[in-house]
Amino acid sequence: MLASLLIVFREVIEAGLIIGIVLAATQSVAHRGLWVGVGITGGIVGACIVAGFAEQLAGLFQGSGQELFNAGILIIAVLMLAWHNVWMAGHGKQMANEMRQMGAEVSLGQKTLTALAIVVGVAVLREGSEVVLFLYGIAAQGGQSTASLLAGGGLGLMAGAVVSALMYFGLLTIPARRMFSVTSGLITLLAAGMASQAVLFLQQGGYFEFMTATLWDTSWLLPESGITGRMLHTLVGYTDAPNGAQLVVYVLTLLTIRLLMRLVHGKKSLPDALASSTS
Amino acid sequence: MCRMKALKYLAIAAVAAFGVSSALADEGAIPLSLKDHKFTPVEIHVKANVANVLALTNADDTAEEFDSTSLKVEKVVASHSSGNVRLRPLAPGRYPFMGEYHADTAQGVVIAE
Repeated sequence: MLASLLIVFREVIEAGLIIGIVLAATQSVAHRGLWVGVGITGGIVGACIVAGFAEQLAGLFQGSGQELFNAGILIIAVLMLAWHNVWMAGHGKQMANEMRQMGAEVSLGQKTLTALAIVVGVAVLREGSEVVLFLYGIAAQGGQSTASLLAGGGLGLMAGAVVSALMYFGLLTIPARRMFSVTSGLITLLAAGMASQAVLFLQQGGYFEFMTATLWDTSWLLPESGITGRMLHTLVGYTDAPNGAQLVVYVLTLLTIRLLMRLVHGKKSLPDALASSTS
Repeated sequence: MCRMKALKYLAIAAVAAFGVSSALADEGAIPLSLKDHKFTPVEIHVKANVANVLALTNADDTAEEFDSTSLKVEKVVASHSSGNVRLRPLAPGRYPFMGEYHADTAQGVVIAE
């Protein structure tokens, strides 16, 4: 029971942390609950489909179908997160601040919410398909232990949801005027971490095989297998033994998103940004 | 249901189109099998500092995820199917792995030397 609790907890927390950040980033946006709900539902349905076709998927691309699929959906998530951040830097910040002062909910349009719903869907899909395969295996085996394993899975789901909710409410305690910088920072790190993980999947699939040498190993200090290591892995892309290509892509993703955000908005004061955008 | 079937055929057709199957392991791949949620062999010796490939065959009725944080590999292998696990060039040492869905019995270790 403990084993199944831990597995489900681990997967739920990885998707849950991402959902928590998305919810915090869209705190004052109207209809965000609906879109996040759509993302979660779509992710669960997708997870079942992926789990059901695991064998066929794995067989594609000379046996690298699974790795390419994982890398592909991670890259989609990275693009969506980057686009959300850049869009928010351009339009969202002032809009959100003005509307917040008026005490109204912001209707940012469906664009950026669609992107975030896709991110949520992808996160749930990736972690969910593993949970589905695991639970299906338990159910298929039958026997006396099935009930207790499923109960463990249920408890793991709840525990993961609680930790994710704690993080979300923790983020909500951040003062409103700082909220934008904090959530956009978190989303940038999230995107960079996903990009570097996509690199690892591509390398596992036999593509993108350059700079594969391990740069350093901090598993003695903070192992990725531990709960802290795993949470940091999800949130900021921590890995205890990164390779060169992973680091390069991580840094490039960070810099690209920050640069694009600066380009559309600028870190300077509003008059400066207006002056540069009208000139 | 109909759509599911169509998807399935599409997937099978795609496999056929690529003319390859995961059953065809890379040359020089090290065989590793999983039966009754136990790996054979339990200890795999590989040369250090060169890339290696494990050809994992899952003979069980349930899917398994080959999982190793030290090897940086997560790979799902469906029931009665096989898949390749690519290992990066490893520094000499021990790298434990497990079948995540049956971690109490499915344990093994790669030893790079």
